[in-house]
Amino acid sequence: MNPRRQKRLMVVSAIVLVISAAVGLMLYALNQNIDLFYTPSEVIQGKEGNIPEVGQRLRIGGMVVEGSVKRDQETLAVSFDLMDTGPVVTVSYQGILPDLFREGQGIVATGILTSPNHIDAHEVLAKHDEEYMPPELAEKMKGIKHVKPSESSDYESGAY
Amino acid sequence: MLAELGNFSLIMALMVAILLSVYPMWGAYKGHQKMMAMAKPLAIGMFLFTAFAYFCLTYAFVHDDFSVAYVANTSNSTLPIHYKYTAVWGGHEGSFLLWTLILCVWTLAVALFSKAIPVKVLARVLAILGMVGIGFYLFMLLTSNPFDRLLPFYPIDGKDLNPLLQDFGMIIHPPMLYMGYVGFSVAFAFAIAALISGQLDSTWARWSRPWTLAAWSFLTVGVALGSWWAYYELGWGGWWFWDPSENAAFMPWIIGTALVHSLAVTEKRKVFKSWTVFLAIAAFSLSLLGTFLIRSGVLVSVHSFASDPSRGLFILGLLVVIIGGSLFLYALRASQIKSNGRYGLVSREVFLMGNNIFLTAATLVVLLGTLFPLVHKELGMGSISIGAPFFDQMFTYLIVPFVLLLGIGPLSRWKNQSLQALSKQIMIALGLSLSAGLLVNAGFEQSTYMADLGLVMSFWVIITTVMEVRQRIEQQVTAGKYSTWQSLQKLTASHWGMVLGHLGFAVTLIGITLVSAYNTERNVRMAEGDSVNLQGYEFVFKGISQLQGPNYSADVAHVDVYQNSQLVSTLKAEKRFYPVQRNVMTEAGIDSGFSRDLFVALGEQLKNGDWSLRIYVKPFINWIWAGAFIMAIGGVFSISDKRYRMGNLARTASSAKENPKNLMEQAS
Repeated sequence: MNPRRQKRLMVVSAIVLVISAAVGLMLYALNQNIDLFYTPSEVIQGKEGNIPEVGQRLRIGGMVVEGSVKRDQETLAVSFDLMDTGPVVTVSYQGILPDLFREGQGIVATGILTSPNHIDAHEVLAKHDEEYMPPELAEKMKGIKHVKPSESSDYESGAY
Repeated sequence: MLAELGNFSLIMALMVAILLSVYPMWGAYKGHQKMMAMAKPLAIGMFLFTAFAYFCLTYAFVHDDFSVAYVANTSNSTLPIHYKYTAVWGGHEGSFLLWTLILCVWTLAVALFSKAIPVKVLARVLAILGMVGIGFYLFMLLTSNPFDRLLPFYPIDGKDLNPLLQDFGMIIHPPMLYMGYVGFSVAFAFAIAALISGQLDSTWARWSRPWTLAAWSFLTVGVALGSWWAYYELGWGGWWFWDPSENAAFMPWIIGTALVHSLAVTEKRKVFKSWTVFLAIAAFSLSLLGTFLIRSGVLVSVHSFASDPSRGLFILGLLVVIIGGSLFLYALRASQIKSNGRYGLVSREVFLMGNNIFLTAATLVVLLGTLFPLVHKELGMGSISIGAPFFDQMFTYLIVPFVLLLGIGPLSRWKNQSLQALSKQIMIALGLSLSAGLLVNAGFEQSTYMADLGLVMSFWVIITTVMEVRQRIEQQVTAGKYSTWQSLQKLTASHWGMVLGHLGFAVTLIGITLVSAYNTERNVRMAEGDSVNLQGYEFVFKGISQLQGPNYSADVAHVDVYQNSQLVSTLKAEKRFYPVQRNVMTEAGIDSGFSRDLFVALGEQLKNGDWSLRIYVKPFINWIWAGAFIMAIGGVFSISDKRYRMGNLARTASSAKENPKNLMEQAS
């Protein structure tokens, strides 16, 4: 091989090496950080036949059931029920709920499934937070009647 | 009446844009002087019509003309007057009008300040900008006209501006960001013009470089402002969320950074030509993609005001035409591009190439993380989300080799660098930065390894940058030409641009490192008189008062902060209720300082009169944005370099061959 070809080979193999390392790392990181989105009924009844396992990290989106928000008297611990059209899933959370968190409103929580119908959330998002809200939630939420009509002004239905 | 005039003015602007994209291009093809000369007056016309349309919309806002649908949706009679001006871009239609207006401003600027550029090239560049304009005028007129009326039944009052946007940051963030986004259209136009003409020598790089630098500087400020806004306005105290709307602005920035560097190599060394053209196309394409992602409603965030499938489809179509068309042209012509410069395996070119690869990889990571959930869902595989840890992890991997090359690049010579001399310098710099980084980090309680890494990297950038300046000055002094002071003055403006750019990056890196490692956050439940201790600061909750704003009412928490029993600051954190939108919003109380921010945000009222509060101490967080501003100033320095003044540009255009000695003196 003449020196020029040798140089080219070096450059090309370096690029290939870097790219494959990058792709490998990326897939590895991606694998660990994907959260599947479920609705409460999918958590209980399964999504396309797959029921999420206890201990799995996931995202759940649903409506906060009226009257289900229970706060601890001393700390910031809070728990509430989420539902869409079927069964109810309880979410517990430690911290400050977002501004737009209200009973009867749609929210998204990320956390770990600790028992088949209980999620320990480390993040709770309400709509209009500067966060990605899966449009799927909006689709799933369509056709659900708001419990309190007074709360359902146009910013709930109109923004999608 | 004025709204109709505005609408008419937009239609006129579209007509002018069509003329602009046809006549000068045809003239350049035929070599017809008069047709090419049409470019400038047409560019001025396009600007004037658009500016008038913009004026009409602003007038409607200021005079509360709620018969205009867009005004009714984004304004309210109680909105403070300065927000009425900024509400013009507070919604979907108006922000597109601003986008288009800024496109016209760039087009006008190119038309007016490019006397040195050959008429033929200028005609093509302006024509391409006109074509981009056509797309956006059509989009506005067909799918999102800001002048649509709500007649005959119009509302008495408007729906008000989203409270999150009623803020100082929102006054300047969108124009800055758009100046950056749209500014890449100029780099794009120059690249396409060069592809069309087939004259892909390095002169086009010299012409487009100041424009690209300007766009990049604006984008840097725009992204930093967005991050700053998210920090103090969203009430979470975070400065980056890897939200799709942030990613949409971040991708063009990363590719723009690669482009700025690649342009420098193309201009000076006449290599990487084809790569530079590709980056120019990519930067603008990513700007468009960002617009599509945010405006089409596929992603839902504060930035997506209303989604309408026809709009998404239109932008997607536009995207396909512009990106597809330019890549097709690129594929046709790229094989003809010849880079005839030679360089060794250890040379500045190779290091810059390496960093370009890392920047491109970073862009791909963000692109993948942003689009993967969309693709996943469209394929019917269910909704997923990709969390911030993915991006954090990938950027941690990427930044280490990137920073290493960033330091070595400026220290090495173009063409060929002796490995021996370089490795000696690297060893010195490495030793210095290791000791400086570890020493500084040891000063923090409970120091972490990640902070060690981040600080060593920051010092590495600073030290190598200083070494490079010293090395250059030493060369001149030993040559006996100048004294130290004189040779310092002899450094070109663009060299200072590079120095500032790199130092700014180091400052940002320090900020990111320290705030990620040592930021303390406490969410607490407090009653009046309670206090919390955080990093030596004592936060005392003094109670809540009521406040009536112009278009909101608020609970205000008063928090006194003591350090060593001395009052440092009194913070006011508000929880605002905007009745028109029935929206609640948090306004954080922040005491900003050189080395730390004290941050208090009000949570919610709990049962027995207690409140929940977020109390944060954020060390060195302001350095993140300060660094970005330093980088942008670096960009301004580079633009102000003598060789971009008009006369010099003309001279270099005529004499393509340059004295290699000159080249060595002009740093990037």
